[in-house]
Amino acid sequence: MLRFLIRRFLLGLLVLWLVSMGVFFMFFKLHSSGPDAVASRICGKQCSAQQLNAVKDRLNLNAPLANQYWYFLFGYPGKDDPSASVPRNKGVVPFGDHEDFFHAPDLGYSYINSQSVNEILKDAFPVTLSLSIGAAVLWLFLGLSSGILSAIRPRSLMDRFFTFLALFFYSMPTFVLGLMLLLLLFYEFTIHGITFFPAQGYVPFTQDPYQWARHLLLPWFTLAAVTAAAYTRLTRGSMLDVMGEDYIRTARAKGLAERRVVFRHGLRAALTPIVTQFGIDVGTLLGGAIITETVFGLPGLGFQAIRAVNANDLPIIIGVVIIATTAIVIANLLVDVFYAVLDPRVRLN
Amino acid sequence: MSVGDPEIVVSAAAAGPGTLDTAPETAAAKIQGRSPWKLAFERLRRDRAAVLCAVVIVLIVLMAIFAPVFQAITGHPPNQQYFDTGLTLDGQPKAPNSTFWLGTDDLGRDVLVRIAYGARVSLIVGVVATFLTVTIGTVVGLAAGYFGKIVDTVLARLIDVMLSIPFLLFAISLTSIYQAGLKVVIFVLAIFSWSSVARIVRGQVLSIREREYVEAARAMGAGSWRIMIIDILPNVIAPIIVYTTLLIPVSIVGEATLSFLGVGVQPPTADWGQMIADAQGNYHAWWFLVFPSLALLATTLAFNIFGDGVRDAFDPRSDRMFN
Repeated sequence: MLRFLIRRFLLGLLVLWLVSMGVFFMFFKLHSSGPDAVASRICGKQCSAQQLNAVKDRLNLNAPLANQYWYFLFGYPGKDDPSASVPRNKGVVPFGDHEDFFHAPDLGYSYINSQSVNEILKDAFPVTLSLSIGAAVLWLFLGLSSGILSAIRPRSLMDRFFTFLALFFYSMPTFVLGLMLLLLLFYEFTIHGITFFPAQGYVPFTQDPYQWARHLLLPWFTLAAVTAAAYTRLTRGSMLDVMGEDYIRTARAKGLAERRVVFRHGLRAALTPIVTQFGIDVGTLLGGAIITETVFGLPGLGFQAIRAVNANDLPIIIGVVIIATTAIVIANLLVDVFYAVLDPRVRLN
Repeated sequence: MSVGDPEIVVSAAAAGPGTLDTAPETAAAKIQGRSPWKLAFERLRRDRAAVLCAVVIVLIVLMAIFAPVFQAITGHPPNQQYFDTGLTLDGQPKAPNSTFWLGTDDLGRDVLVRIAYGARVSLIVGVVATFLTVTIGTVVGLAAGYFGKIVDTVLARLIDVMLSIPFLLFAISLTSIYQAGLKVVIFVLAIFSWSSVARIVRGQVLSIREREYVEAARAMGAGSWRIMIIDILPNVIAPIIVYTTLLIPVSIVGEATLSFLGVGVQPPTADWGQMIADAQGNYHAWWFLVFPSLALLATTLAFNIFGDGVRDAFDPRSDRMFN
């Protein structure tokens, strides 16, 4: 068991390292104009070669590739000296200044506005977290309940209805659903005097919980609906398998109420594949729900990522990719642990 | 058919309707070998939902092929901007009317003609990206499953790594580096999707590798590549075909998503994802958002239902994802 976990953990680290290398070289090696393009954008249109070089110097873009990768992994040697690094915006306290207390890798500074990447991501993460958790609760509820209802009466009208619904939302691209909801619930409602649904934006929970929920309602539903479809089918299939087992017949034979049979005996055993899928999905989501965040203007990790990609802002892209991959790796690890605890056969391997 | 041995169907009921009434000798004459392919096709033909969706798919393909016909009928090239007739006096898109059947977009272009041309991009990406994905996945899966040992360890780890990469994030980063365009989109979709195919193929090959006929081939002195291609590949082709049909809508949505985010097919090429992105915020011109969205949804829905029918036809015992 311990060996298994250690192996999975090492594999996770390997994935992280490969991904960080991948992104880094993708931007510096494959794309010859990448750093140059950034430097010339910052430098402006009438930029002499000398000025361009100065900008590249300031952004560490002239350092040897290996050094740059080293800085990226372990921080820039002069990063506590403001004059040695990229000038920081006034009023922003970069994460890197608290190094005595916190040794997280320093992700550097945005090429575009010199803000600390750690800071940008720290601001974006709660948005993505709010979106992910709310959506996850909703899709788990929708997927499980429709799946169970389908499974207890297979091939019934209700089963067919949920099946069609699942297929419909499974085929629905996220941005199509999001924009359709905005068209109906924001635009049409608003012009008819019902102004409950806001179009875009995010309000922190700590500031106003009601506004927070109001702004997240449509994003939650969008994300949940397209994800729940897979859970409906997964739950249905898993429940149908379990409900055919002998111990379910035994439970019924000893006179247990059907509700108890379904939930206590059936669902409990059917949950394993669902939890696995859930772990992976939430892990993926924590790296930024790019489409949902873009459609609803939520300044989360995915939103920052797409903005950085359009602006060639490498440090932010790397930061988001690292967070996203870490989230997936941790989720996979947790799923493995869960599996190993639940299924003795996994433990033996 | 080249795949597997022909299956002998002896059951009178399976030989088709009406056979029960005929004399025993004619029934015996009707006993015939039918390949698994023929059986699968028969089952698919009886699946009404799948047939209906196949018709929808054919219609969408026809729309893509004959997109110039839409242009000829309406007289509107896809990228032509009609500032006079296609926009209202205050520069807003025009609602569907007799000149512009599905209305115009914010630049005064014909939405109908653009949807027809957009179908080309979606289908090309759907088919080509899926073909590449399946080819890479099959080769890697075959190699990993057949050779085993160190090859399998390395390739299986590689599959694991690929599966834990945040796909969309990498895709948008890559497309932004390579000056987004159709080829880059296809390449990116294939690079990030082959691992799931490889995992399925590898699993199948692992069990087939131990079969007697593979052993027999090896005993007769067949080389590794010959065994893989002649003996093993035909026996994993059914799950590959099923997965392929279900992968096409995934590729289509992938392309539309990248284009929606502005890192896919670049303007002014007509593309569904991009049309939907342009329609963002123009809610008063609902047609501009709704029609391309419907085209995209109809396509993915048709491919998914059809793919599910194909799965059922090839493996009737499997639990259908959708039925």
